[in-house]
Amino acid sequence: MPAEENEQIGQAPLAPTPRAETGTRRDRRDAAALALKGVPHEPGASKPDPIVVVDDMLRQFGGLTAVDVEHVEVQRGAITALIGPNGAGKTTFFNLLTCFDQPDSGTWTFNGHSLTGVAAHRVARLGMVRTFQLTKALSKLTVIENMRLGATGQRGENVFRALFRSVWRTQEGEITDRADDLLARFKLDTKREDFAGSLSGGQRKLLEMARALMVGPEMVMLDEPMAGVNPALTQSLLGHVKDLREDGMTVLFVEHDMDMVRDISDWVIVMAQGKVIAEGPPDSVMGDQRVIDAYLGSHHDAALTEEDEEQVLAEAEEALERERAENEEAKH
Amino acid sequence: MDWTRILINALEASVGLQAVVFALAAIGLNVHFGYTGLLNFGQSGFLAVAAYGLAVTVATFGLPFWLGIVIGLVGAVLLALLLGIPTLRLRADYLAIVTIASSEIIRLVVRSVTFEGTFGGSDGRQNFAAGFYSLNPYPKGNYNIGEFGFPERVMWILTVGWALVGLSCLIVLLLMRSPWGRVLKAIREDEDAVRSLGKNVYSYKMQSLIIGGVLGSLGGFVYALGQASIQPDIFGTDTTFFAYTVLILGGAARVGAPVVGAMIFWVILSLTDNVLNQAIDAGYISSSIINNTQVGQFRFMLVGLLLMILMIFRPQGIFGDRREIALDAR
Ligand SMILES: Nc1ncnc2c1ncn2[C@@H]1O[C@H](COP(=O)(O)OP(=O)(O)OP(=O)(O)O)[C@@H](O)[C@H]1O
Ligand SMILES: [Mg+2]
Repeated sequence: MPAEENEQIGQAPLAPTPRAETGTRRDRRDAAALALKGVPHEPGASKPDPIVVVDDMLRQFGGLTAVDVEHVEVQRGAITALIGPNGAGKTTFFNLLTCFDQPDSGTWTFNGHSLTGVAAHRVARLGMVRTFQLTKALSKLTVIENMRLGATGQRGENVFRALFRSVWRTQEGEITDRADDLLARFKLDTKREDFAGSLSGGQRKLLEMARALMVGPEMVMLDEPMAGVNPALTQSLLGHVKDLREDGMTVLFVEHDMDMVRDISDWVIVMAQGKVIAEGPPDSVMGDQRVIDAYLGSHHDAALTEEDEEQVLAEAEEALERERAENEEAKH
Repeated sequence: MDWTRILINALEASVGLQAVVFALAAIGLNVHFGYTGLLNFGQSGFLAVAAYGLAVTVATFGLPFWLGIVIGLVGAVLLALLLGIPTLRLRADYLAIVTIASSEIIRLVVRSVTFEGTFGGSDGRQNFAAGFYSLNPYPKGNYNIGEFGFPERVMWILTVGWALVGLSCLIVLLLMRSPWGRVLKAIREDEDAVRSLGKNVYSYKMQSLIIGGVLGSLGGFVYALGQASIQPDIFGTDTTFFAYTVLILGGAARVGAPVVGAMIFWVILSLTDNVLNQAIDAGYISSSIINNTQVGQFRFMLVGLLLMILMIFRPQGIFGDRREIALDAR
């Protein structure tokens, strides 16, 4: 990694999480790789130091099973990617883990705390902070106010103390300093006083991520942080995600771009139709037949016979004809 | 036509009892709707609870004035809790439905024949304001500058009323500049985002509902004391919607907006009322087109028209920030 990027980290500590005593980004990556080395490449594999453990989690919407996870563990201090085709249940799984949605059954723990029945805001206070697939910038707050909001334990957030500025002014100053550091890191410092609603889609993604870091989380869960972000910005976002691991945080993120997943993740969990179907380091997972099947549909290689093809064509033509006739009728 | 009289009436309306009452009601709504995004369609319920709390305590039970005030305030807090506990965890529309229904329930209960002994039925309650006017520091007489002015009783209630308006604005200003206010505004924008940052959204919404309700209830006290008499039908849904009109005229989420909105609202009503009535009396407008009894309704149509024009050309209200409205279109 270029020395320049490491310097940047040194200047601006991310969050109050104790900074890694050990040196560079590469060390962390190697440490994560080493820890995950002996873990078998199979769904539900147990990790040496899991921060999240999920058991028998089930969530159904009417007849549709969105999430049905038997067992899954997320390694502390590593970047884990959660991939899978559209509708695989990744976002639902995120919602369940962070208590934004309740499962029909199942148990899961974060840092050994059971999260069953815990309110969503408490999960964040325990140190598990998430972002949303559809970015939630607080439009009519300025960028800096968005950032300040993220800080926890604010004295001025109590209604009685709020009335007396002297009680919270110093703390507000500290929070603002921290926010400004983060904004600089995320290249949003020029937008400081703008309404968050006036930011572009990519900038909102950056803001949401930076705001989540203001909470000072132990684990960050990012739902498609790179979606809609231009390639140049993607590179810097990737850098930021790696920095999180550098700062001792655990990252779980959803992403569709395989190159990106390969680039930054230490471990990949693959979901399809609500189930975890494969796990492993990026390279091994992407060669997995189950994963390819899940993405392309299991019959992708069974070519159509000529007869089938003709039948399909005939049906399509018939349907078109019918539609045309209906349209004619409608006109008269 | 007597233009001096028309202008003086308008001036008196701008600082009069109604302006004070609706400024207070709208300041409360501003906390609910303007800052937190809570759709409270039952603000008149808070005014009613305060007014009846005071009137019933003093007139029905013969207890002291101050106790009446305390009971009215406690009533407003309880009403907020009652409305908030079942609805604030649900989607925003549930609060709207529950509040509009509950304010009507309150009105129908206090006007019912069954409870006539306590609440006075449709005649309401009188004879409860003596304790308040015994504190009046203004000696008997008229306090006029030229023709503009009020007698000592009105001076007293207006002094207290505007002091309450000032105090309420100060409280709202301090709160909304604080981190507490920031959480409220963030909830208005997106409550899930706020939750994901570790804030107890439910608790903040409840606090907002209570504070806005109590501020609105001050309007109920001022009205009751100013008129020295209350009737249930004052606290109908019109009152709530006038308060919303006042708020939107001024510009939601601006501290002073409800005050200026209320003044403008009552000035317009006074002007249209006086001008039309005098024009009809003087024969400038034929009474076959509109007569004096229709003027009362017609002026509200004019306010409605004005509001429409305002929303087209200045959707942010008089004080609002155009940039904020532009964000909604994105
Ligand atoms: N609130 C809901 N009501 C009904 N069905 C839902 C709901 N939320 C999700 N689903 C269904 O659950 C399944 C999983 O959805 P989810 O959003 O978790 O997918 P995803 O893996 O995040 O997909 P994508 O990659 O497109 O974001 C989908 O079939 C979806 O239709
Ligand atoms: Mg999703």
